[in-house]
Amino acid sequence: MIDTNVYMPIKSNIMEIIQHTDVEYTFRMAYKGEVKPGQFFEVSIPKYGECPISVSGIGEEFIDFTIRRVGKVTDELHKFKVGDIFFIRGPYGNGFHMDDYKNKEVIIVAGGSGLAPVKGIIDIIHQQPKDYEGFNLLVGFKSPDDILFKEELKIWNEDLKLILTVDGAKEDYRGKVGLVTQYVDDIIIKNMDNVAIIIVGPPMMMKFTVEAFLKRGVACENIWVSYERKMHCGIGKCGHCRMDDTYICLDGPVFNFSKAKHLYD
Amino acid sequence: MKIEISKEDFNKSLHRLGDEYRIYAPVAMAYKGTFSDTDSIRYKEINTLDEIEFNLKSHFSPKEVILPITQVLFYFTEDQYKEPETEKKKLLVFLRACDIHAVKRMDQIYLENGQRDPYYQEVRDTVKFVLIGCEKSYRNCFCVSMGTNKTEDYSLGIKPVGDQVLLDIKDEELNAYFFGEEKDFEMNYVTSNDIKVLIPEPHQIAKDIAEAPLWREYDERCVACGKCNFVCSTCTCFRMQDIFYKDNENNGERRRVWASCQVDGYTDMAGGHSFRKRHGDRMRYKVLHKVYDYNKRFGYHMCVGCGRCDDACPQYISFSTCVNKLHDLGKEER
Repeated sequence: MIDTNVYMPIKSNIMEIIQHTDVEYTFRMAYKGEVKPGQFFEVSIPKYGECPISVSGIGEEFIDFTIRRVGKVTDELHKFKVGDIFFIRGPYGNGFHMDDYKNKEVIIVAGGSGLAPVKGIIDIIHQQPKDYEGFNLLVGFKSPDDILFKEELKIWNEDLKLILTVDGAKEDYRGKVGLVTQYVDDIIIKNMDNVAIIIVGPPMMMKFTVEAFLKRGVACENIWVSYERKMHCGIGKCGHCRMDDTYICLDGPVFNFSKAKHLYD
Repeated sequence: MKIEISKEDFNKSLHRLGDEYRIYAPVAMAYKGTFSDTDSIRYKEINTLDEIEFNLKSHFSPKEVILPITQVLFYFTEDQYKEPETEKKKLLVFLRACDIHAVKRMDQIYLENGQRDPYYQEVRDTVKFVLIGCEKSYRNCFCVSMGTNKTEDYSLGIKPVGDQVLLDIKDEELNAYFFGEEKDFEMNYVTSNDIKVLIPEPHQIAKDIAEAPLWREYDERCVACGKCNFVCSTCTCFRMQDIFYKDNENNGERRRVWASCQVDGYTDMAGGHSFRKRHGDRMRYKVLHKVYDYNKRFGYHMCVGCGRCDDACPQYISFSTCVNKLHDLGKEER
């Protein structure tokens, strides 16, 4: 038989489920092993299939997946309860290299579920703020009903420089309204040469947010993005995630923008 | 060792090989062609020399022998995945030079790009190749332009001449199966094709090549059927598919199935995002992969010039013409 089958998933127990919105839950899964923020797993349920999900939290004995109910696998996943099992294989992808951001003014801009892959970085910076020259977090959601990680955002709002905005809301909403790009100029950058800007979200949001920072004079080399593409294997075989000569699953999903700007679909 | 044996003895040897090997070769399947009264040349298990179609190019490539169209990765129950039993017999595959070059491309993806693929590795460990030399170039072939018209990378070379068969045995293990008189000969290979392709140098591909108007012709002409991918000997994309049994819904199979970058849904992500909606953009994605992007990553071109994509296209789109257009475009821009 096959010695090491890279497609063989392992069983993982659901330790906790946190509901963020009607369609977005975080599943805390039993897992021991090294995982970096920005990496992803192939999550599967027999007969429904597999899908790539990035880790949104990393602990000694667990990993978190924040999963929106939008497809065949995720529809089924949302029926699962604490104690149930599903299957995972990974971690895959390069993830964020925290050394790239040390002693820099870190700015994270996340749109919607793009907050999940960067949450691990926020956790690390939150715990060791002295390792970084500064930290700003700019997060946007579609509406107040779509806000993820409400508890964490409350804590981050007290400890960190946070701008939370929604694209649109009813008149009585008291928070900030508008796209994240509107708030890019509100972030104070002390030294343009010493910033590390991480942008993750839907394709259009990333495009325009990157442009806004470039316009402010930030160099491409100081911007990182994480790309989401269809993936069937996660290990450079199925071909679906390829952009020109780059496999998002192997070489990404995290890219410095000096590389990412040349990628095309 | 190069030998000559009679057809009859060759068939006896094939018969003996059959105990240990499954033998695959291109076979003319009567009346299965695209048009009425035409044959389809496809890979099938064979027992005798006469079953092999030596005179025509196969419509489908030998890829389907070592990378099945549908392959079961696991049998599952609700909480368990089990690997399928593996094939006990080894494989002997008859194929042409371009297709042997194509195997190198499959190896690159399945064995070298990221972690090794265990299913492919297992097949690859047991497969031996029998080179069918090409006496002439076929319609749409451009192997000479791609440098894939010749190969030394085979276990056995075969050249049927009348009632005799000339064999170039390179694999010692096969020496034990074939006995004949030593006879020197050269394997056939073509030195010129009717179709010649000029591949643009990497620096001749403009950064904004995606915006070039040449792709727009394919928006309408291409019907996104994916035939070009399925007949291609170097396309290796697949999708995962879970199926369950009607009589017991908790049991089923996880399979991988060939996928096409030309067909709708290839880039669809849960939540509705997708890329390359226009067929011309898919054409661009495929063409550039074959003669530009793959080369950038691995140092040699993916396309082997077999021309099956052009043979198969129901809309008469010519890949080789498209590459030549790209080349001309690069020259203009310089």
